[in-house]
Amino acid sequence: MDLVESYAQDLRFARKSFTRALLGLVLLAVVAFPWVAPDYMVFIATLVALYSIGVMGQNILIGYTGQISFGQAGFLAIGAFAFGHLRIWGAPFLLALVGAGTVAALAGILVGFPSLRLKGPYLAIATLGFGVAVYQIFVNWEVLSGGRSGLAIAKLKPMLGLSPVRYEYYVYVLLLAGFTLATYNLVSSYVGRAFVAIRDADIAAEVNGVNLTRYKLLSFAISSFYTGVHGALYAQVLGHIEPQIFNILESITLFVAVIIGGVASIEGSILGALFVILVPKVFSNFREMVPVVYGVTILLVLIFEPLGLFGRWLKTRLYFQLWPFR
Amino acid sequence: MEKLLQYAFTGLAAGSLYALVALGIVLIYRSTRVLNFAHGDIATLATFVAFSLLSSEYSFPVAFLGSLLVGAAVGIAFYFGVLVRAQREGANLLGMVILTLGLALIIQGVVVWWWGAEPTSLPFPISDTKTYKVGLVVMSQLALATLAAGLVGSLLLYLLVQKTRLGLAMRATSENLMAAQTLGIPTRMVLSVSWGAASALGVVAGIFLAPALLLDPFFMLDPFLKGFAAAVLGGLNSLPGAVVGALILGVAESLTGAYLTIQFKNTLAFLVIIVVLLLRPEGLLGKEFKERV
Repeated sequence: MDLVESYAQDLRFARKSFTRALLGLVLLAVVAFPWVAPDYMVFIATLVALYSIGVMGQNILIGYTGQISFGQAGFLAIGAFAFGHLRIWGAPFLLALVGAGTVAALAGILVGFPSLRLKGPYLAIATLGFGVAVYQIFVNWEVLSGGRSGLAIAKLKPMLGLSPVRYEYYVYVLLLAGFTLATYNLVSSYVGRAFVAIRDADIAAEVNGVNLTRYKLLSFAISSFYTGVHGALYAQVLGHIEPQIFNILESITLFVAVIIGGVASIEGSILGALFVILVPKVFSNFREMVPVVYGVTILLVLIFEPLGLFGRWLKTRLYFQLWPFR
Repeated sequence: MEKLLQYAFTGLAAGSLYALVALGIVLIYRSTRVLNFAHGDIATLATFVAFSLLSSEYSFPVAFLGSLLVGAAVGIAFYFGVLVRAQREGANLLGMVILTLGLALIIQGVVVWWWGAEPTSLPFPISDTKTYKVGLVVMSQLALATLAAGLVGSLLLYLLVQKTRLGLAMRATSENLMAAQTLGIPTRMVLSVSWGAASALGVVAGIFLAPALLLDPFFMLDPFLKGFAAAVLGGLNSLPGAVVGALILGVAESLTGAYLTIQFKNTLAFLVIIVVLLLRPEGLLGKEFKERV
């Protein structure tokens, strides 16, 4: 049986040799991917990697802490424009990335304050309002948004003799790996457990000594740090940003990714990002059908598979593990 | 003074439409505790139906009634087809809110697919260029009609909720679902009436907004968010609150546009939401909500 007997065991990334082998295969496939796939596919994989970071951040907030946010586009915009300005002032890529994340995290703390008093739908409205307000401020305030022409961001200079597309892919996948590891550690630490306690019953958590103010704000800060980094990476890939990109549909896309991928699951976040990137590409001839696909999938997921794509994978795996018994 | 009155009147006309949207949101929230994110999109769909009916030479009253029926039917169908099923599968409140988001996305896609994304204008029998001068204020025919639509809609809803047996059942159901069921009130039927009535109110707002704005698949997004803000301002569980909040928001917005800044006029609503939620989360007329572990 698959028993976890100590905390150290619980923290281990892969417990069984089979899982380890599978993980190795996945890593190998990820490294080899840009050498076998055409450039266009590599670019899409890059997008999936950067979206995964944002969806993961959103999942920390929605899935683990149980605080709804419909204002992610606001953090995306803040991250992207902070990154753009830092890059224009001459900051190196990584520093600008951290800067973008930090600015977004500060905004996240500001938005987090209402969350101390608001729950469920009320918080959803407040964050929706935040997202739209940020959008309108960027649209109307030309100093911040670079006016009508937007901000242009210099491309990354590839190193090691890689082609630009492959180089960007490797950088983004490395960042994704870093964020994934950080998220795993976060959710299995006492901070992650405090988040889950707040999600399941916040008053009970407070009675048991979880400092609600600190952990709710922390959750908002971490989540918007991720989203800010997502915005920055997106800006880097696009090479040109304008406020119109970060509209309310972007918030909804991130939200849809969390729900479809699976709430409170890190692998689910990556699956969700894959879904929201691939669906528009597959339906590129029927663009207007994309929201319909999202909507129908949400209805199906919530009614039949509340744990999302990752839940489906768990069930499939369990089926094969138990075969031929059920 | 003249200018102030003029802008206040414009604000009241806009506010009366926000009131219709807000009433729909509050009606659904009060009875099912679900925030309906598809509210604006149902109205958009129905307004486009009205547009199609008008284009194929039906008279305006027919198109108006037809679109009301379509809106109400979509609301009721969503309640029975999706929400009731989801409840049976044990979905929580958050899940149901997300379901309405799913419906919103589906309707958006369908509207873009069927009517296209280019803005069109709705042929409307009431002109916005014909004006009357009352006292110091110039009133356009459209603004007057808008105000009348808002008031009549609110009044009808008031009569329905306060003066009929059905309204009594609606109030009982929203007060205490279990007790209402025990007393033999057909709660599902009552709740579906709430969904239908709320959607129909949204449609009225949509049809009166369409001539002022251009008709495109996203034209209800902004008024819908404003309606939300108004509902929050007045208190999400109070029907009179929704009307009061909407009128205050409409006037405040119009005056901000006139005296402070025209660019950030639309941002005001969201600042209002955040400030109200921080200072008085239950809203102006709402009742405080208590919570137990």
